[in-house]
Amino acid sequence: MKDFFRKYMILRRQNTQIAIKKAKRSKMCYAFLAPYAILFTLFYILPVVTSIFFSFTYYNILESPRFVGLQNYISLILEDDIFLIGIKNTFMIAVITGPLGYIMSFLFAWLINELPRWVRSIAVVIFYAPSIAGNCYVIFSVFFRGDAYGYVNALLIDLGIIDAPILWLINPDYMLPICMLVILWMSLGTGFLSFVAGLQGVDKSQFEAGYMDGVKNRWQELWYITLPNMKPMLMFGAVMAITQSFGVCDVTMALCGYPSTDYAARTVVTHLFDYGYSRFEMGYASAIATMLFLIMILCNKAIQSMLRRVGT
Amino acid sequence: MSKKKKKEQPEVYRKKLIKRRKPNRSIVGDIFLYLFLVLVAVVMVFPIVYAVNNAMKPLDELFMFPPKIFARNPTFDNFSDLFVTMGKSWVTFSRYLFNTVFITVVGTAGHLIIASMGAFVLAKYDFPGNKTFFGLVTVAMMFSGYVTAIPNYLIINALGWVDTYWAIIIPAFASPMGLFLMKQFMEGLPMSLIEAAKIDGASEWKVFYGIVMPNVKPAWMTLIIFSVQALWNNKAATFIYSEERKTLVYALQQIQSGGIARTGQAAAVLVVVMIVPILIFVFSESQILETMASSGLKD
Repeated sequence: MKDFFRKYMILRRQNTQIAIKKAKRSKMCYAFLAPYAILFTLFYILPVVTSIFFSFTYYNILESPRFVGLQNYISLILEDDIFLIGIKNTFMIAVITGPLGYIMSFLFAWLINELPRWVRSIAVVIFYAPSIAGNCYVIFSVFFRGDAYGYVNALLIDLGIIDAPILWLINPDYMLPICMLVILWMSLGTGFLSFVAGLQGVDKSQFEAGYMDGVKNRWQELWYITLPNMKPMLMFGAVMAITQSFGVCDVTMALCGYPSTDYAARTVVTHLFDYGYSRFEMGYASAIATMLFLIMILCNKAIQSMLRRVGT
Repeated sequence: MSKKKKKEQPEVYRKKLIKRRKPNRSIVGDIFLYLFLVLVAVVMVFPIVYAVNNAMKPLDELFMFPPKIFARNPTFDNFSDLFVTMGKSWVTFSRYLFNTVFITVVGTAGHLIIASMGAFVLAKYDFPGNKTFFGLVTVAMMFSGYVTAIPNYLIINALGWVDTYWAIIIPAFASPMGLFLMKQFMEGLPMSLIEAAKIDGASEWKVFYGIVMPNVKPAWMTLIIFSVQALWNNKAATFIYSEERKTLVYALQQIQSGGIARTGQAAAVLVVVMIVPILIFVFSESQILETMASSGLKD
């Protein structure tokens, strides 16, 4: 055993020496990375680390944080029923809108790519506009208004499907589906645009080569040529889809109110917002954020390993 | 290039080429897919068309029953009312506009340069710490912004940037999304291109701005759009509290939340806030749709 450790240490030392030598040789790389690395550490890593530290404390912003160990996590999992509702809702939204939005983004980017150039530019604008349009989604609260002034209600009454207006955004049964609808409407965003840009870079001669090698239809072309070429963008799109679908809170808060009836539209981030900014329990809010963070990292790992198998 | 080739070919062969322009496509499938696309496009664009129409309705039409989608007597009254209301506040409209434009332009420019430099070495060179750093960047995006707002505030306060533009601009430089995007695109660039330039005596910096950047133009146009969009919609309310440094979107949304008497103006605000990023997108879009060089070399 002792011998083993000694050998291991020698190996480690050699590895570090090699790393240092390599690092010395690639000074220029560090010089290029330095401006970004410094700012990134300052404004992203440091706050995240501090927040994780806060999650082990009682911190109400005014007084200095008091260390409480795992207390926040224990009460979060065992005592906080509303948090569990939030987790359930967030998972519902993420599982449905995440993959669906991601697939839609790719599918439309890919279909649009074959159109003639001027049609393509119009189509990109139309599909991308909802996600770039700021808080345009509040328009949906007009469509789904609870009284007969709401468009959906007016239409359904006119058609004779319902005879009394439905309280779309107050009835817990309808809240989540409506929110998902709105999120899907906005989901052709970051990922979509990077797919559109990425598809421009796929080498055209590969399609000809594929045709020669017996690719029969557009779906085979997609699977064997386009998708493998798009892997970096697919990774990017996946990460964006995860961050967006797990971080939902603006839409639910704007449409269903804050707090919503019976907490039916409460997401994890809404819960976090509630504790952080209405009750000023920053320590507890940090614990929520850390939990969400871990879930998202796990999810990311799973999806990245799935994406590695694409096109094989 | 392709035109020249076609001219050289004999007449019979050319006809065949035109007929079978795209292999692996059936006409029925094409028609079906495009019908589907048109349908989805209509659904996507409908709320936006509605929002624009809403802003053009006079007040009595906004409260009409049953509600109508299209304005019957479209006016620009709501927009002019909006300008009147903006004119009444003691900070002028142009000042708000300047704030937003300054933050957006400087933030985007800095972000583009710094993130591309970082992405270039991360994508094309192997050095110790490369993978770890990139892993950190992807992971850092997933932490909720609401929670990091407090430590962020403490840091910016320590730097003495509270209530200045820099509180928004400098953190925007380091936005992880831009670096991630640029890195993913630069990975597709062949290493031989860089090596060729180096053999010809180009310095690292020259390789970066002379070879790499022009070749990933669609990527950085995409990055510019993302960054402009994020900064334009940044309300900056946490870091900037003196009114004369607040952003236009913040001021407009104050008006929007003015209650039922401002319904018309609120509809106008929605359109103004929305239309600027869309217009910027429309004008820069043609650059994104440009073909990216994936080889440029003959192996």
